[in-house]
Amino acid sequence: MTKKLMKGSEAIGEAAIQAGCHLFFGYPITPQNEIPEYMSMRLPQVGGTFVQAESEVAASNMLYGAAGTGERVMTSSSSPGVSLMAEAVSYLAGAELPVVIVNIMRAGPGLGGILPSQNDYFQATKGMAHGDFRLLVLAPWSVQEAVDLVQDAFDLADYYRNPVLVLGDGLIGQMMEPVEFAEDRQPVKELPPKTWASTGNTGAKPRSVINSLFLDPEELEQHNYKLKRKFDRMERDEVRFETTGLNTDPDVLIVAYGTVARVCSTAIEELAEGGVNVGMVRPVTLFPFPYQAVREAAAKAKAVLVVELSTGQMIEDVQLALGGSTPIHFLNRTGGMLVSPDEVVEKIRAMEDGSSEEVVHA
Amino acid sequence: MPETVFSRPEALRDVTTHYCPGCTHGAIHRIVAEVIDELGVRERTVGVAPVGCSVLAYNYFETDFHEASHGRAPAVATGIKRARPDLVVFSYQGDGDLASIGMAEIVHCANRGEKVTVIFVNNAIYGMTGGQMAPTTMPGQVATTCPLGRDVDHAGHPIRVAEMLSTLRTPAFVARTSVHTPLLAVNTKAMIRRAFTHQVEGRCFSMVEVLSTCPTNWGVPPAEATTWLEKNMLPYYPLGVFKTPEGGSREPLPLGV
Repeated sequence: MTKKLMKGSEAIGEAAIQAGCHLFFGYPITPQNEIPEYMSMRLPQVGGTFVQAESEVAASNMLYGAAGTGERVMTSSSSPGVSLMAEAVSYLAGAELPVVIVNIMRAGPGLGGILPSQNDYFQATKGMAHGDFRLLVLAPWSVQEAVDLVQDAFDLADYYRNPVLVLGDGLIGQMMEPVEFAEDRQPVKELPPKTWASTGNTGAKPRSVINSLFLDPEELEQHNYKLKRKFDRMERDEVRFETTGLNTDPDVLIVAYGTVARVCSTAIEELAEGGVNVGMVRPVTLFPFPYQAVREAAAKAKAVLVVELSTGQMIEDVQLALGGSTPIHFLNRTGGMLVSPDEVVEKIRAMEDGSSEEVVHA
Repeated sequence: MPETVFSRPEALRDVTTHYCPGCTHGAIHRIVAEVIDELGVRERTVGVAPVGCSVLAYNYFETDFHEASHGRAPAVATGIKRARPDLVVFSYQGDGDLASIGMAEIVHCANRGEKVTVIFVNNAIYGMTGGQMAPTTMPGQVATTCPLGRDVDHAGHPIRVAEMLSTLRTPAFVARTSVHTPLLAVNTKAMIRRAFTHQVEGRCFSMVEVLSTCPTNWGVPPAEATTWLEKNMLPYYPLGVFKTPEGGSREPLPLGV
């Protein structure tokens, strides 16, 4: 297998195609335009279809129609565009349709800026839109992992019949790294045939109606419990995370995801050279969040440091995981500014000498 | 041996609809179902239902269906047709759904030339939500959100969707019909058949706007609703064919040609 040097956005597009996605509906927004551009060039070569929609609202509803026929389908966008897709995402979850959505996050709120951010964590992990539902959220830290997670995302979406969100930041979309695509990749789940698909009714199977409307409250309650059982199964079976340096019994445990975790790992190496042991738990799935892994890794640490490109969103899940058992410190940049390895090193030193204040909520 | 001269179309399910007395949704459903049967495409037809009075259309047609969110039926239809070009795809939408919240979706679906058919039922009011003003509500017409009648200085004039879409170069077929007389119902069937035929034969976007009655929210008895439509809607919403693959015109060609 040969490695290819690819830009993150293009690698994400190619990964989708190789996972059997031959349909892409999207709308331009910076900083992810290379994904729709790549798809518009590549999909016709493989007999697929690219449609540039009139808006993210339309693109996400095209996803609804296409997914309802049982075909694999994807869209990508960036933060403000994902907000516009939120309506359709709720319907997709309600109607139990498998789709893959890529959010290459930029800084907000509002029009915000076009530089990298992690400020859509709440939106991604806490339901995104109206109604009682969750998305499975995968957060890559490298172009290779973006490729792998996009391909897994299609299997997970099909298996759970639920939208899966791949949450990257502007760096993931823009940086170039060597990647390889597995040649005989097997699905990560055993996938049953899509007998529910709405593709015409010959009488061979029951009539198929793709729908999220339940006017009878008892029926809707049962539907909501059914969805809940699905989200519970995700929490039981799909938690993914990586750990670094836990075997050194570190005093400080970092929790960070995405490209920020890479910055932290550089800092961890630098600190280790100076004899300071720091560990890290990197959530790969943000929903389900690796609460238990964070709790166990923090059990021996004196303090936990959360690093994010937001004013504090994932930190709430870390607080839930720890239940007040370990002091939490916070390092962040926002607005499109990045955290540097030096800032992480400095923060850890401040935690060691007592000059960093722990995060306290009333 | 008695001969069956009238029966329920196969594409229509044997159920009771929730439509009000005097509403013509039922007649329009039947016409669409008859056309689907006569073209022999029922088994490969997928419908898209809107949000509005016909939100439950998926319960009434014997075909596969998608229930769309409000206004997005043309985008959903696009997704279905692009994923499975072998299917016959139609959306069934009201005037609040298509001409208000879904205006962007219908214009761009038409302009991309999606190979789908749109049945646009225009009754000049929001029905399901209880009689609010629609973009198609007539000047002076009373609605629950314009209790003194639609004031065009405040809310503008009603939107003529068939005329507007026929200014686009791409669509194959755009017509406006009505079902408030038996002859017009026959004409409507001919237009809906032409619209579906364009799709079945691989040509692009087709839409039939059908004027419809809403006695409940117009506040008139069912028997008077047809008169109300004739008097108030017909002068503003002329019937005819506005666009064919050969070209379009703001002066519609007569129906039944």
